[in-house]
Amino acid sequence: MTSSYGKLIKEGLWNNNQALVALLGLCPLLAVTNTAINGLGLGIATTVVLVLSNVTVSLIRNVVRQEVRLPIFVMVIASFVTAVELSMNAWFYELYKILGIFIPLIVTNCAIIGRAEAFASKNNVTDSLVDGLAMGIGFTLALVVLGAMRELVGMGTLFSQAHLMFGEGARDLTLSLGDGFQGALLAILPPGAFIGLGLLIVIKNLVDQRLAERPQPVKSEPEKDPKETDEAQPAGA
Amino acid sequence: MIKHPIFAAGGLLAAFAVGGTGLVAFTHQMTDDKIAANERNALLASLSEMVPASSIDNDIVTDTVAVSDEERLGTAETLVYLGRKQGEPVAAVFTSVVPDGYSGPIKLLVAVKADGALGGVRVVSHKETPGLGDKIEVEKSDWVHGFDGLSLGSPPEERWKVKRDGGIFDQFTGATITPRSIVKAVKKTLLFYQDRGESLFQEKTAAKGEGDTVATSKMAG
Repeated sequence: MTSSYGKLIKEGLWNNNQALVALLGLCPLLAVTNTAINGLGLGIATTVVLVLSNVTVSLIRNVVRQEVRLPIFVMVIASFVTAVELSMNAWFYELYKILGIFIPLIVTNCAIIGRAEAFASKNNVTDSLVDGLAMGIGFTLALVVLGAMRELVGMGTLFSQAHLMFGEGARDLTLSLGDGFQGALLAILPPGAFIGLGLLIVIKNLVDQRLAERPQPVKSEPEKDPKETDEAQPAGA
Repeated sequence: MIKHPIFAAGGLLAAFAVGGTGLVAFTHQMTDDKIAANERNALLASLSEMVPASSIDNDIVTDTVAVSDEERLGTAETLVYLGRKQGEPVAAVFTSVVPDGYSGPIKLLVAVKADGALGGVRVVSHKETPGLGDKIEVEKSDWVHGFDGLSLGSPPEERWKVKRDGGIFDQFTGATITPRSIVKAVKKTLLFYQDRGESLFQEKTAAKGEGDTVATSKMAG
């Protein structure tokens, strides 16, 4: 398979973003993203688990027998998730209380078993590490952006409760649109999560479309009518 | 001799189960004390907001008594933290539950001082609507501070209602049910204290050493 890290990273962050393209792990994605910091917290926890499980699965890929690989992957993932949960409980207690049930639920995040099965079980350790990291960061970015969107629209703040994660000094990180801001409540409620995710996917697809329409050797002409561009570059997507 | 594949697979699974359990056990070992300390500190912090640490000299986190009065305290069994100074009652903190919140039960801490006045009220957990009903959280609004220092006599009992019902407590725009149900629950807790407050401290002294600290862990969530 591929050995180019650049490609792996691009896959994880953009082309095969687990949240926006694969649409995996929607339960935590939609549930905790009412603030950017919550999203960041769950994203980091997911990334840690993903990296650990990818590396482990890759290490044991030649030992594990085909017929029992899935239970073993699940066991590996569940152990790591429990370890991460206990660690967060010990060192990020306030954040842990907010994320609550969604930390253990990382076990059921299909993105993790998905990467273990689709990538780590077939690739060497460093590739799997990079893949886990890239996929995890891609997932985290989606969570943070969605969280920031909902927080900003719904409550008029950004990075509220940053001190839960970065210590008391980070209190000033919180941006606010002012006390007079009447948030659109919908954004905070569950439907807001679905709408927000939908918008993010739309944006991503629009960007992809633009990129595909652009002629391969980047010309100096800035924006052209899409039809014209198509004729000039019939290869297309 | 060729081993049957099922044994190889089973052995492999067992090996990973042992490894995974080992990892979890190790992490648990490393974090156990820290987690217990966190929970204790969090509880202590919220208790001492209402019952200042300087006003008591006992260990309020473990000095507890369980009482049962579903009608007035909202659950079948309610844990009460007792604050004393030199053995004299200072305050009792009830883990009352509001059974009729807008979207499910609301867990409270209600601190009642020995003279029957409120030391304070805090919302421990709730599922009220974000942006409307969640102004009951002390981080979001100072509404709960409106209870500080009140008692059954002040305001008079019939004024223990939200303003819309002719009482003295603010309701929120768009959310009347939440404050209404909390006011009712706090009042009922005060009524309970009026009836049985004194005996709480005595029961505890009498029952000392009967291992009634078990319930402390229930408060963690």
